[in-house]
Amino acid sequence: MINVEAVYWLVGILFVAWASLIAADTNHPRRWGSSAFWGLLGLCFFYSTWVQAGTAPAWILGVAVLVLVVLASTGLLGHGKHRTSTGPEREAYAKRFGNKLFIPALTLPLVTVILVLAAPVLVIGGTPLLDPKNTTLVALAIGAVAAVVVALVILKPKNPATPLFESRRILESIGWAALLPQMLTTLGILFTKAGVGTAVGTLASGLLPKGSLIAGVLVYCIGMFLFTVLMGNGFAAFPIMTAAIGWPVLVQTFHGDPAIIFAIGMLAGFCGTLCTPMAANFNLVPSALLEMKNKYGVITAQVGTAIPLLAVNIVLMYFLAFH
Amino acid sequence: MLVLIGVLLVIVGFAIRLNPLIVVTVAGIVTALLGGMNPAQILESFGTGFASSRSVTIFVAVLPVVGIIEFFGLQEQAKTLIGRLAKLTAGRVLIGYLAVRQITAAVGLTSIGGHAQTVRPLVFPMAEGAALRRYGHVPEKISEKIKGHAAGADNVGVFFGEDVFVAVGSILLITTFVDTTYHLHLEPLQLALWAIPTAIAAFLIHGFRLLRLDKQLDKEYREFELTAQKETAGEAK
Repeated sequence: MINVEAVYWLVGILFVAWASLIAADTNHPRRWGSSAFWGLLGLCFFYSTWVQAGTAPAWILGVAVLVLVVLASTGLLGHGKHRTSTGPEREAYAKRFGNKLFIPALTLPLVTVILVLAAPVLVIGGTPLLDPKNTTLVALAIGAVAAVVVALVILKPKNPATPLFESRRILESIGWAALLPQMLTTLGILFTKAGVGTAVGTLASGLLPKGSLIAGVLVYCIGMFLFTVLMGNGFAAFPIMTAAIGWPVLVQTFHGDPAIIFAIGMLAGFCGTLCTPMAANFNLVPSALLEMKNKYGVITAQVGTAIPLLAVNIVLMYFLAFH
Repeated sequence: MLVLIGVLLVIVGFAIRLNPLIVVTVAGIVTALLGGMNPAQILESFGTGFASSRSVTIFVAVLPVVGIIEFFGLQEQAKTLIGRLAKLTAGRVLIGYLAVRQITAAVGLTSIGGHAQTVRPLVFPMAEGAALRRYGHVPEKISEKIKGHAAGADNVGVFFGEDVFVAVGSILLITTFVDTTYHLHLEPLQLALWAIPTAIAAFLIHGFRLLRLDKQLDKEYREFELTAQKETAGEAK
């Protein structure tokens, strides 16, 4: 069986390989800080396997993560100058290869989707070929490897390590933002352990005037929205807002339909995800990936949809859930 | 209530634009201390938090293929291809992508797209290619706006598409939490069904905004040309 840990090792190997490229680049302005950051990040991916299995102490990984934060935020991480193809060279390549260039780009999603769909029947000797708990992740990694192979076959670069050189260019333009989504997950865990959720829940139910249905719907939906903005995802907000208002007020007092209330409540939270830098993987990593000047540019583009959609969710819940 | 200071730190930190990594780390440590955790437990949480959240960083595995096809001119080819289709504008390209992303997510195929896989190599160059055909040249301000909306179309599509599919994380979270806590028995299918009205509203609202995006870009380009003319006129003196 291809376990999800194998995928994490592939990612770890990539980080270590990029770190070695940087270490070998004598013109890099932050040669040692940068290679230390990406290399240590790669090692953390390996070590995590044993932390996850409970066979290695987690605090060592915790120390390493804090070192990463220090490296990234004290200016020791930077990006180098990359020799890549120039604009005219790319135009010439594009003329030469034409639409063949799309084949590797489409191989990735195609292989991924086929594997996800076929996973239930890909069973060898009673064990599934792909980790059944993480089929999508494993399929995505296999798709990525297949796409590189297809690209090498079609494009025949002079140097077979071209994918590695070129991806280092993209990685360095993402920079520290690559670590942020994982740090935010950790923050969510710490918030939950310290009881931030319960405190927000108490605050929200304290705001609620008794006996008003519309107020209940408003506080539940807007609470889901705001709490999601704070935590970065609706998953952390849902249990808290539901325990504070969704269940006791909307379902028990006003006898609303639980399926409708919870489904729409979660979607009100998703509107919050569109508006928050705390959802770094959706909002900040893409702006780094697209090399945007304004790193909040993705959020700016989304707010105009999120707010009206939150209003729609409130209206839908009020009119659909209570008969 | 004291633990809410951590939340405040996050808000202030982001507002004054400190490095988010520092903000998040400091807020985490402060919150944990206020919540009564000791330093050893905090370090342990940073470790287990990292180990259990590695899946969000898997996107880097697709960078090698994106890197090589970009080296050989994929973005340029995507622009050329779109440039031939006269009726396509940046907004219409993005509406098309929004629809594809939402529909595929609704049948469970969320992994078909993503910021690294599709937005950077394909969707953004296509939208920009359409703008290039329309204006002849794309100033940075317009390019930035298209970038933001290209990523936005992906997010809106996947968020409000995936909940229509029964086996998605958020639906399963709702049923598991509600069924164990309140002893209900909710069917995932019921929840998915009630996600449909919001999904339709999301497409209508966002689609409408993307149609208006073209008009905004037209306006911004006119302003850009005006200032450019003024500048050249100034130089002539």
